Amino acid sequence: MSTSCDILAKALRERFTEMLLTCEVRRGEVTVEVAPQRLREVCLTLRDDAEFGFEQLIDLCGVDYLLYGKDEWATEESTSTGFSRGVDEASSGRLKFGDSLPVDTPQRRFAAVSHLLSLQHNWRLRVRCFAESGDVPVIPSLTEIWNSAEWYEREAFDLYGILFEGHTDLRRLLTDYGFVGHPFRKDFPLVGHVEMRYDPDRQRVVYEPVSIEPRVLVPRVIRDDNRFLEPGAETSDDD
Amino acid sequence: MTEIRNYTVNFGPQHPAAHGVLRLVLEMDGEVVQRADPHIGLLHRGTEKLAETKPYNQSIGYMDRLDYVSMMCNEHGYVLAIEKLLGVTPPPRAQYIRVMFDEITRILNHLLWLGAHALDIGAMTVFLYCFREREDLMDCYEAVSGARLHATYYRPGGVARDLPDSMPQYQESRWRGKHEIARMNANRQASLLDFIDDFAQRFPHMIDEYETLLTDNRIWKQRTVGIGVVSPERAKQLGFTGPMLRGSGIAWDLRKKQPYEVYDRIDFDIPIGTNGDCYDRYVVRIEEMRQSARIVAQCVEWLRANPGPVISDDHKVSPPRREEMKGDMEALIHHFKLFTEGLCIPQGEAYAAVEHPKGEFGAYLISDGANKPYRLKVRAPGFAHLASLDEMARGHMLADVVAIIGTQDIVFGEIDR
Repeated sequence: MSTSCDILAKALRERFTEMLLTCEVRRGEVTVEVAPQRLREVCLTLRDDAEFGFEQLIDLCGVDYLLYGKDEWATEESTSTGFSRGVDEASSGRLKFGDSLPVDTPQRRFAAVSHLLSLQHNWRLRVRCFAESGDVPVIPSLTEIWNSAEWYEREAFDLYGILFEGHTDLRRLLTDYGFVGHPFRKDFPLVGHVEMRYDPDRQRVVYEPVSIEPRVLVPRVIRDDNRFLEPGAETSDDD
Repeated sequence: MTEIRNYTVNFGPQHPAAHGVLRLVLEMDGEVVQRADPHIGLLHRGTEKLAETKPYNQSIGYMDRLDYVSMMCNEHGYVLAIEKLLGVTPPPRAQYIRVMFDEITRILNHLLWLGAHALDIGAMTVFLYCFREREDLMDCYEAVSGARLHATYYRPGGVARDLPDSMPQYQESRWRGKHEIARMNANRQASLLDFIDDFAQRFPHMIDEYETLLTDNRIWKQRTVGIGVVSPERAKQLGFTGPMLRGSGIAWDLRKKQPYEVYDRIDFDIPIGTNGDCYDRYVVRIEEMRQSARIVAQCVEWLRANPGPVISDDHKVSPPRREEMKGDMEALIHHFKLFTEGLCIPQGEAYAAVEHPKGEFGAYLISDGANKPYRLKVRAPGFAHLASLDEMARGHMLADVVAIIGTQDIVFGEIDR
């Protein structure tokens, strides 16, 4: 699209070569993927090198790729069982308290995605870093490079359970005091685990397992739309 | 001599100056703040997780409820991200309408900020003045969407409907007689555009009124000059955007630097501060309101001269008109698919940012080709600002913490999401 992205992508490829696992330009945005071992080194160069000058970390968020590309409704062949096929008990939308998803944890499950902004060059860059383990995700912290990462990393830890190595104050940020679990993980039910009410007998607030039933009003559907198939487009290999 | 002890003060979550549900744990040495630890999340509703379980269009209404004083700007960031993934461009009239309502929203937001900020640090009258004008602007929201706050007006591919030809009117009541109602309805007799134009013309004089009350006010200056100073280097390091960044003297505005919609065709200026204190940020925001009124006037002029469609005619993205649907089979199918399944968005990811009244509001969408987002991350400007509260408040008096919270323009809907 715009040429400034290509200039940035070219400069990145030349400067970092094999340090970048991938470097692609899509829809006018540059995305690089970096291994956790090289993340700090790459980011420090991105900030301090005058060629890049990414002074600002605009955003950092966790992503859980557990169910990427999995739908709840078969679109390839038609069946005769009606709507219920879309709300299969085993699908993530109907997950209840105590259920577990019938999928294996992939190794590349959790990623931290940072969005950088260079004020002097007017560039944006997306840096993705996958944690090496899907069970105990650890990613180096960027707080020393950009101070704004502090709360973003606390949030990603709170919501996804990603441990940021080197973060000095990795506490929960958004959830309640004493909350158990990481609510934005794909295997955490939307209705949650516990509900809270005031118990007049005990004269205090009590927590109980949720009583509401999860519902799916519109099933998740993936359609392979030919209009969007362009040369070099990302294709789904999973299904 | 008695031993001097540090006190820990709990501020909020229910406190009029906390702008919502902020709980601050302050470590005090006498009246001086040693450390401020904001506890947030009391308004956490899991908007992003909810969005993952709904078709794209059903989440637009949730975006209003993020920063609930600048509703349409939030929607704008979200629909821009969807449009980026789909590769859809709204028709020019829709782009002008969006720009006009973005600026109306900016004025709405800054008016609430000004009123609340002034009230927090001791000026009562400004609040009443600001709400007088907010009322008119919320009537514009009402005219265009039917709702005064949570509009749900923007759609992928355009806006929900064209600007109406009439304005809502005040009704006679027990407290207001015929003559007073006639006076109040005087500028509401014609179309919405005429009303907005009238507003854009008189609004600069109203800003003069606020400025008379505050700009040279000795108490106002004592409370804001030199309070919460942030150097340009720190502002960048802390991820500041919007007026917080410009108050520190960095001329950065997405409307100029990375123009979206039709901002590149509109003439306006970007005010910047020099000292990076609360007073400079106040001056910057006041000037931003004047510039917004200028932009609104330019949009009104264009919109009057150029009628046309306000939403894309690609019915894979936007629903066909009701009349079409009655006679045309294909339109019926499109309508049915859009309202049962919603739109499927091609695989990929996109980050779209708008210059929200508080700073950079971004929506980061990851799609795996489904009719629901795989992941939606909302980049709320206030989040980064509040994270810096500890640094900004350290060494200040307790009463200055209130001024700093005010100057950051904190709204918990967007911070807690």
